[in-house]
Order: sequence, then structure tokens, then C-alpha cells
Amino acid sequence: MIKNSLKKIYLILILIFLYAPIATLIVLSFNASKTRAKWGGFTLSWYVSLFQDDVILTALYNTILIALLASLIATLIGTIACLAMRNMHKTGRAILMGITNIPMLNAEIVTGISLMLLFISVGMTFGFLTVLMAHITFCIPFVILSVMPRLKRLNISTYEAALDLGASSTRAFFKVVLPDIMPGVVSGFLMSFTMSLDDFIITHFTKGPGLDTLSTKIYTEVKKGIKPEMYALSSIIFVTVLLLLFLSNNVPKGEKKEIQAK
Amino acid sequence: MNKKALASPYIVWSGIFIIIPLCMVFFYGMTDKTGAFTFDNITAIALSENAKALWLSLLLSLVSTAICLLLAYPLAMILSSINMNHNSFIVVIFILPMWMNFLLRTLAWQTLLEKTGVINNILSFMNLPALQIINTPYAIVLGMVYNFLPFMVLPIYNSLTKIDPNVVNAARDLGANGLKTFQKIILPLSVPGIISGITMVFVPALTTFVISNLLGGSKILLIGNVIEEEFTQTSNWNLGSGLSIVLMIFIIISMIATAIFDKDGEGNVL
Repeated sequence: MIKNSLKKIYLILILIFLYAPIATLIVLSFNASKTRAKWGGFTLSWYVSLFQDDVILTALYNTILIALLASLIATLIGTIACLAMRNMHKTGRAILMGITNIPMLNAEIVTGISLMLLFISVGMTFGFLTVLMAHITFCIPFVILSVMPRLKRLNISTYEAALDLGASSTRAFFKVVLPDIMPGVVSGFLMSFTMSLDDFIITHFTKGPGLDTLSTKIYTEVKKGIKPEMYALSSIIFVTVLLLLFLSNNVPKGEKKEIQAK
Repeated sequence: MNKKALASPYIVWSGIFIIIPLCMVFFYGMTDKTGAFTFDNITAIALSENAKALWLSLLLSLVSTAICLLLAYPLAMILSSINMNHNSFIVVIFILPMWMNFLLRTLAWQTLLEKTGVINNILSFMNLPALQIINTPYAIVLGMVYNFLPFMVLPIYNSLTKIDPNVVNAARDLGANGLKTFQKIILPLSVPGIISGITMVFVPALTTFVISNLLGGSKILLIGNVIEEEFTQTSNWNLGSGLSIVLMIFIIISMIATAIFDKDGEGNVL
């Protein structure tokens, strides 16, 4: 009994530690005073002015577009690479998996500056495209590492059976293999999307002066003070995701098992 | 399905965006502005201010890694022992915060830690002495632990859930008490997760420039800050690359440690 309540207290303390800053930001989004330090009364005005702030809205648009494109392209390249790696020679596969691990284990600052040096040396203009390519690069490993385990568990006989029954290899792939690895593909995509959305360091080194994502915008605002609209925007995003997560956990039982069987 | 050629997009991509850029860091790090070969950029780490930054980075990241491990191990054990919607609960705890921007979350600690901030108000209400750690190395450690704790919990949690309960039961049947079972069975079997967690926390903590910038005031320079300034302010890419090579030595050491202890990739975060 005591042991169980100790466990609960510990969990709650960790949750407070992890969520105190988030609660703070949500409270600040309703703060009428412009400075972080003082509470100036309750207001909703930041939520209104947010939608008139073109700078923030453009940054939001860039962030979402980059995250969406980067995670889609990374999911495509990564999933195809996983399928091909199954048929590769053991050493070839080991080398490729080793390379895949580099962006995961390397420091983000090193990945960032190395890509910056690459783009400088080929004379690319820093902007949307350079950020997108950098994001695809660090997203692919998340896809590969979540698709690979599903693919290893895949029973190849079902694919062969489909071929024997007259399906073309493309049809057999889409009808048999893809549904089987789908949970891995989806979680790889979601992981990539989240990472891309939250990234600052790599974007910082690969963006041009004309382009801002939410992260880089916030970073430049740190010294002169964060616009309260930023708190309002992040609160909206956070609460939306929280609701989506809550809803997806309350889908009918049959579907639920499907989602969790990853 | 049978075509190896399908791997080519990824092989080309990783060649261009992973291998070549890394080679370029080495190239810039070992040449001077005229392109002549030199070790000066690497030995620059021994200069007093750079060495001081590296030493402080090592110290703070080791302390943060140790705190993360101490906090994460019991947490991972508790999480693996409760029989509920594992995945969704883990996602809620650790992935959900990432949807609130990481810079804002770190900045929020300023509000919490300030002299007249939330925590000090609570402390003074309880008649406890005020906590003055903002703009000190302590605040940086707190920021590191806060940001990187999930990277320690997830691999340990994964390796704990993979332990066959029969092995634990067998130990208990053979007369081992709880502590003995932990020492002889659970702890050794979770080593891959621990090692992987240590790497996943140590590397970003060692190389961060954001956390030190946001919570350390602008006076405390870590090695990450020094490198960042070389690239974005002084535009001395050669020196910045040289210092990055020094950083990579530490990264490679931790990668090798992971490879030795975690052969099957058991401690993967995902």
C-alpha cells in the first residue's frame, strides 16, 4: 500500500516537473501585462491580436509546411529504404544502418553546421529549400527506426502467397505488405513531424535571413521580449494536440487495438 | 520488393546530406582561411577561454546526465510496472510537451525561477529561503535535466519491458529477495537501456548553446556557445569546425560505448 502511494507521488512529482513550464506558458497567454514577470489581470486580447499578426502567422505557416513536407518525404524515402535493406547483403545493411544512426547520435549543432557548410560550398541560397532538405535529413532516421522493426516481424510467406494467387508484385505490396507495416510508417511520420516542428538548432544554421519558423522567431525575440501572442499560439497548438490525443484514445475498442498494436 | 535499387534514393541522400557535410567539417577544421593544412583550429581548444568552456560543458553535462539517470530509473521501473495503456501514457508524458515549443518551455523556467518568480513566491509563502539559481550554472543543469529526461527514461523503459517476467519469477522462486533480484537480474538486463540513455542525454547536454543562452544569462559560455558564435557572428568557419571536431571525439567515444553495450539496438528510443 505504502509502496504504491510512494510510486504515485513520484509519478506526480515528475509530471509537475515536466508540465509546470507548460502550465506557466498557458497562464502567461492570458496575462494582460506584457512582461513575463508580472500578472496584470486576465485578458483574451492576445488570442485576438494573434490572428492579425502577419509575422507570427507566416512563421506558423512556414513551420507547418516544412514539418509536413519534410515528414512526408522522409517517410517515403525511409520506408522504401527499409524495404530495400531487407534484400541487401548483411554488410551493406549494417553500413547503411550505421549511417542512419549518425544524425540520431551526432550533436544537432554539428549536423547543423555541417549542412550549413555544404549549402555554402555549393552556393545555395539559404531559405525554405535548405531548411526543408536539412529537416528531411534528420527525419529519415526516425522513419527507418520505426519501420524496420515492423518489417523484421513481417511474414514473407503472406507476400509470396499473394504472388502465387496471381497478384502483381505492386498489388501484393499494397494489399499485403503495406497494411502490415503501416503502424510503423505512421509512427515514423508522426515522430518526424513532431521533431521537425520542435526543431530549432538545425533550422538556426540552415535558414536564410528572409525565412523564419516559430522557433527561430522566438529565438530572435528572446532579447527584446517574447510577444504574448506567441504564448497564445503555443497554447492553442498544445490544447489542440491534447484534445486530438484524448479523442484518439477514446475511439471504439476494435479500432483502438489496431492503433496500439505498434 | 526484390529490388535492391530501391535503396538508392536513400543511399544518395545520406551520401550528400550526411557523409559529405561531415567530411566538410573535417576539411574546414583542418585548414586555415587560405586553404592550407593546419592543426591550429583543433589545438585552439587548449586556449584558456575555449578550454574553460569545454570544461564547464563537460562538468554540467555529466552532472545533468547523472541526475537524469537517478530520476529516470525509478520512473522507468514504475512505468513498466503499471499495467495500463502503456504506449498512450508514455506518449502523453514525454511526446506531448514537444508540441509546446522547446524554446518557450525553457524560457518558462525563467518565469518560474526568477527572484520574484512563482517558485520563490511559493517558498516565501512557506517561510522557506528563496532559491536564487537563475543565470547560474544550476539553472543550466535544471534546463538540461528538464529537456533531456525523456531521452533517458524511454530507452531504460524499453529495456525493462523486454525483460522476461519468468526470469524475475525464477529468481524469486530460487529464494532471491527483492533487492537481490534487482541487483542480479533487473539491473544487468537493463544495462543496454542505461548506456543508450546516457549517450542520448550526454551528447545534447554537452553541445547545447540554447539552454545556456536562455537560462544562464549571457555570461556563461559553454563550448556550444563558442562554436555557435564562430559560425553566426565571427564567421570563422575554420575555427568553429576545428572545435566541432574536438566535440565529435567525445560523441564518438559515447557512440562506441553504445555499440559495445547495446549490440542488438535494444535500447533504442523508439
